[in-house]
Amino acid sequence: MSTGVALLVLLLAWVGAWWLNIRAVRAGGWLGRIFPPVFFGATLLLLWELAVRVFHVSPVLLPAPSAIAVRLVASGAVLWGDVVQTFFKGALSGYVIGCGAAIVAGILVDRMPFLRRGLLPVGNFVSALPIIGMAPIMVMWFGFDWESKAAIVVLMVFFPMLVNTVQGLAATDAMQRDLMDTYAASYRQSLFKLRLPAAAPFLFNGLKICTTLALIGAIVAEFFGSPTRGMGFRISTEVGRLALDMVWAEIAVAALVGSAFYGIVALAERAVTFWHPAQRG
Amino acid sequence: MRAVLPVVTVVAAIFALWYAGAVWLNAPWARDQAARAGVELTLPELVSATWSQERPRLPAPHQVAEEFWKSTAGTRLSSKRNLLYHAWVTLAATLTGFALGTGLGILLAVGIVHDRTMNASVMPWVIASQTIPILAIAPMIIVVLNSVGVTGLLPKAIISMYLSFFPVVVGMVKGFRSPDAMLLDQMRTWSASRSQTFRKLRWPASLPYLFPSLKVAVAASLVGAIIGELPTGAVAGLGARMLSGSYYGQTVQIWSALVMAAILAAALVAVIGLAERAAGRAMGGRA
Repeated sequence: MSTGVALLVLLLAWVGAWWLNIRAVRAGGWLGRIFPPVFFGATLLLLWELAVRVFHVSPVLLPAPSAIAVRLVASGAVLWGDVVQTFFKGALSGYVIGCGAAIVAGILVDRMPFLRRGLLPVGNFVSALPIIGMAPIMVMWFGFDWESKAAIVVLMVFFPMLVNTVQGLAATDAMQRDLMDTYAASYRQSLFKLRLPAAAPFLFNGLKICTTLALIGAIVAEFFGSPTRGMGFRISTEVGRLALDMVWAEIAVAALVGSAFYGIVALAERAVTFWHPAQRG
Repeated sequence: MRAVLPVVTVVAAIFALWYAGAVWLNAPWARDQAARAGVELTLPELVSATWSQERPRLPAPHQVAEEFWKSTAGTRLSSKRNLLYHAWVTLAATLTGFALGTGLGILLAVGIVHDRTMNASVMPWVIASQTIPILAIAPMIIVVLNSVGVTGLLPKAIISMYLSFFPVVVGMVKGFRSPDAMLLDQMRTWSASRSQTFRKLRWPASLPYLFPSLKVAVAASLVGAIIGELPTGAVAGLGARMLSGSYYGQTVQIWSALVMAAILAAALVAVIGLAERAAGRAMGGRA
């Protein structure tokens, strides 16, 4: 009986929240844009909390959001140490090296049509491969610390970024290039004043895809060996100790860091490619 | 021919680099062994030594090919040491997850296109869902699902599903919205119902968006299945092969599992490419 009542309460909460959301969307304006997703997320959290409490779900299976929040605050220092190890040392350095190398390689490849015709299909093919499987090999080569994580991130982001760069550099049309020729622009001038700006939407597309890849690569590589800190290490050891609240806290931090990383790149995109139709909406 | 020659050149260059890398990375060990035996290695000897080690840092391509052949054609198909068996385990999870993910993705996209509230509240979360490094928490999901009694194929398939629904949602929302106002108005002048508009206009119009998304989704789905096999519970599958290879320093085994994964990925993407062409022909396209 009490389960039935609980289910009813959950259902009512859901329906009520949905109704409020419909009202908000109808209202339009900034309220209609910001409110619904935030409220939808809050509703999910609330339902999760209610469900855990009402059905007495064991914290070993699924801790309540409140328990996770408590853990998040209590272990702030440990979590921050993990973020520094995994994100700033592993993921970010690999991301910068990999994307930088890919952009430079893309510009070089673009100068040689033969190489471009050869590398583009290969790059597309490699982008579809489960490169993350190379993680154990990188750990073997570069040791347990962040260098091996950076290495796997470099491998993972290189080809998607290369393909996007090459495609972006090809995005100018003949008319625009002819105009640069009539200005007697040198290769360098037309690269920096026409082709790289025109390639920016493609570059940022690649950069955004790579943010997620970088974080995943760095975390997964830690499963194959890491020093006694790092998000991947923490997740796998705390799962072993059945301290699921800590695991979820780590996941929340990972999601936060991942979203922030993506958001920063997206903001940079908005600042650089303000002229593009997709940004003017 | 114009298209093939550059690709062949690049692939050949990659193999050349691979062989060179094998020499470079394996040389210290080979030199060390030679020094212990008290012999001086000439260059040809050094090269051949680096290409034939038992546990090289980087196995040469022919070593990988040899191991690959031995573990596919050289062992009984029913044996647990057969790589094809492990590939099948991974493939089954990949396909299940891919099917679930595609179904979920299309359903969500239909909802998002037809319902404003869903568009406003669900779409941002679909995007946010991908910033969670699901692969990183895959082991936990497996462990938790195992403890509730869900074992075997399903936990891996769920991870694959989570990874593969996203490209499908994004692609299909774009696809369902691709008919322009003129076409939608035309449907309205025929007083077509919403379901008719969907079946006769939106769905066919979305197919060019569907297949590229499916290609991304199937690749992601394979990665999900492989990572899902990493936790200790899994004893079969390509991911398990990689993990055991890394535990025992069997680099050649890791590489042949990687090759198998690459072949699977290529085959899956190729199958979807074929389906794309067939669908294009069936709809009267020229492709």
